[in-house]
Amino acid sequence: MTAPLLQVQDLTLYRGSRKILDSVSLDLAPGETLALVGESGAGKSTISAALMGLVEGARVEGHARFDDVPDLIGLNEKGWSRLRGRRLSMVFQDAGAALNPCYTVGSQLATVLRRNMGLPRKQAHARAVELLESVGINDARARMQAYPHQLSGGMQQRVMVAIALACNPELLFADEPTSALDVTIQAQIVRLILDQTRAHGASCIFVLHDLALASQACDRIVVLYAGQVMESGRCDVVLADPRHPYTKLLKSCVVEIGTENLDPPEGGVPSYDALPQGCRFASRCPRAQDQCWASRPPLTESAGRMMACWNPEVAA
Amino acid sequence: MTDTTTHMTTPAVTRKRRNIFMRRPFFAAACIIAIGYVLCAAFAPWIAPYDPVAQSIDAMMAPPGGANLLGTDSYGQDILSRIIYGSRYALLIGFCSVLLGAAGGLILGIAAGLASGWVEWVLMRIIDAILTLPSLILAVAFIAILGQGVDKVIIAVALSMVGPFAWMVRADVLQVKSQLFVEAASLMSIPRLQVIWRHILPNVVFPLAVQMTVRISEAILVSASLSFLGIGVTPPTPDWGLMIAEGRGFVSFAPWMSGMPGLALALLLIALSIVGDGVREEFDPKLRSDR
Amino acid sequence: MTIPNDRIPPVFELREVEKVYQIKRPGRLFSRHKVGLHALDGVRLTIQPGASVALVGESGSGKSTLLRVLLGLTPPTQGLAYYKGRPVIAARAEGIDFARDVAMVYQDARGSLDPRMTVGAILAEALRHFRICTRDQEPARIADLLTRVGLPAEAAAGYPSALSGGQVRRVAIARALASNPTVLVADEAVSGLDVSTQAQLLNLLRKLRAEMGLTLVFITHDLGVASYLCDEIAIMYLGRIVETGPTNAVLTAPAHPYARALRRAAPEFFAPITDPLPGEIPSPLDLPKGCRFAGRCTLARDDCRATDPALMRLPQAQGRAAACLHPLTLMND
Repeated sequence: MTAPLLQVQDLTLYRGSRKILDSVSLDLAPGETLALVGESGAGKSTISAALMGLVEGARVEGHARFDDVPDLIGLNEKGWSRLRGRRLSMVFQDAGAALNPCYTVGSQLATVLRRNMGLPRKQAHARAVELLESVGINDARARMQAYPHQLSGGMQQRVMVAIALACNPELLFADEPTSALDVTIQAQIVRLILDQTRAHGASCIFVLHDLALASQACDRIVVLYAGQVMESGRCDVVLADPRHPYTKLLKSCVVEIGTENLDPPEGGVPSYDALPQGCRFASRCPRAQDQCWASRPPLTESAGRMMACWNPEVAA
Repeated sequence: MTDTTTHMTTPAVTRKRRNIFMRRPFFAAACIIAIGYVLCAAFAPWIAPYDPVAQSIDAMMAPPGGANLLGTDSYGQDILSRIIYGSRYALLIGFCSVLLGAAGGLILGIAAGLASGWVEWVLMRIIDAILTLPSLILAVAFIAILGQGVDKVIIAVALSMVGPFAWMVRADVLQVKSQLFVEAASLMSIPRLQVIWRHILPNVVFPLAVQMTVRISEAILVSASLSFLGIGVTPPTPDWGLMIAEGRGFVSFAPWMSGMPGLALALLLIALSIVGDGVREEFDPKLRSDR
Repeated sequence: MTIPNDRIPPVFELREVEKVYQIKRPGRLFSRHKVGLHALDGVRLTIQPGASVALVGESGSGKSTLLRVLLGLTPPTQGLAYYKGRPVIAARAEGIDFARDVAMVYQDARGSLDPRMTVGAILAEALRHFRICTRDQEPARIADLLTRVGLPAEAAAGYPSALSGGQVRRVAIARALASNPTVLVADEAVSGLDVSTQAQLLNLLRKLRAEMGLTLVFITHDLGVASYLCDEIAIMYLGRIVETGPTNAVLTAPAHPYARALRRAAPEFFAPITDPLPGEIPSPLDLPKGCRFAGRCTLARDDCRATDPALMRLPQAQGRAAACLHPLTLMND
């Protein structure tokens, strides 16, 4: 295995007295795609925001080494400005809100190129047209003059991808890039992000809530619950044979075509104030024991994946 | 991560309401001052050391201190007593006119918000016409028609406030009207009047009540301005605006005559606007940033 | 859609329903020129009592307009919409019977509940309005409704703002059930929720349907949800139903190329991501002349671009219909 591009260790984030992220560790090899999955409030988006230096009003602890940058946590604004948009970039869920409605997509794209790559005006314009073409926008030269609201949701997301990839970043965050889009457009955008990151040799971290999509799009997966990593590993290992009760629960609740019966447990994610001391999932876990309530299980390797559970499922 | 907020609203809200006075020390102080004024107004005959209209030639323009704590005016009337009694009129006019103005604004605003076609057009032009003039000038105009006296001042000030209230109510009605729960109610074939009464009205009245607390200070200021101009309440009623006007001629050698009632007025206005802002920030969902 | 029954009229019957909205031509600031937007065009749909029908389509397919026509909120521009043998608009205008019989659950459940009313007051309003029970019976009835949707009876005292997304949907369902309806119309009632909450709600709807014998019209974009909850499916594209039939038959072997593309675009565990459908839904302001899907269809031939196919019964399959000149053979997919 080559040296990981990104290595996150014990990332912990407090908002007031609430521990939003609790010792999250993960790593990412160059060219790899990783899925962060979990229910709402699991901290998926917070991780990507913390790694992009976009959290405010929170205390962040832990370490995150990115390539030759020893630690992303605690980086100053100058350090971030050298990374953000150039080596790290992001595709947001709501492209319509992320694009500035006052400028044409062409000028927004060209501005990024001029500022971050130092291209002169003419070249930036030419490169912007190329980029729009590469993300599958027909008649790119004319579309350069369009304002974001004149484009459909799918087109806006394509522009977002073009902007995110404008400077050949090494790592792309895609925060629910398709959940606001129709299914047929969703497939187009996921395909586009995968093709483009592959072509650039970039790594990609997807924040997703759809396990089936994660299994299709990503090499590896990290399952989060209330800010703790429950299980992580290769998608074809973790999702094919989930051993952590939470991953199993999530998978059992996915309704696919032809699903005959669902058997979801009652209840939902408790509020952050009412989480158990030990494993945060203990209050909903069908296999919880006294130990689970008392102490937090460490993330250890077993059955070909990393898992934090005192009483995992046995092999099927 | 926006969804996390929905899970923890209940405890957050109760915690928030409990220590509002702790978190807003200025608000707490302003509340105490405003309540002090209200108490003064309510118990004026017991608190005031003298009769507010008792004149005395022996003690004309006595400086503060001594027998008259805040001095006396050119007729030898005790300024402290007059200020205490004056708070009655100030608060009475403030509350009543805001209440009346809000009631008028509510009716006009709801009608304008729910009507369509030419009715809406006419109502909106009426509201616009009221809004074009500042409330003081409008109040002067109404006084010119109605004549002087406490009741007339209340009506004039109330009329001058109908415009802003109506405008706000209409905006709220338009916003509430388009909400899904109103459509859901009409889908259940609930009669229109019931929908208005049960769903639209409560959602409009609450922000209106908040707005009323903010506007009381404006009403008091307008009424004081009217009496300062000599067209509000008639002398010898102990009214602050009137007192300031009377002391105007003696400012160089008896500054307390205008200064003391001016101070009382300023203090009340500042206190009321802090209270109003606090109430608005606390209860107006549009300004609440954390939810 | 399947069993022809002469004695009981169908719950809903739409015959060649067309809905055209007159809108200002976009992009022209001061123009008064209006153009027709065909939100629905030639929609034929029959919903029998006790059926469960999923309306599936992407945004702009006309699902919401169809829903408004079914509920009598919008009269169709052309064609006829019947509710139990009477025109829907007339049925709605006649009194509260239609509203009692046909209940609705909105996608934005939180927005559909008055934020200044407690959950109990919201349910009581429906009970009183439809005169379901006397005032003394109300508390018991409310508790019963809440338990039926899986909420504790104490929830009646709280406000919707204190509830989670899943709980708010349950309250919305409880309100819909308060009038003892026979038809439940749900617009994306389980979308935008966590999977475990979604699964709970799906089971709840399934249970309620079985217990109360509800006719269910369920709008969704999720084929998995459609197949779990509904026996029949109607797939819409650009204001038109392109394929109908029994859900599982349609989804295992779609006849319309769009149905197949939709089926393939749905995420599936470990399946490779299929070649996505090219292009986007064209604007309903300038519709293509022939088949509306021809521009994105990989199998389109010349006649597809010339003639607009109507929804026709498929001779090979029972109870299925598709609007395609060259339907996919049902065997080899």
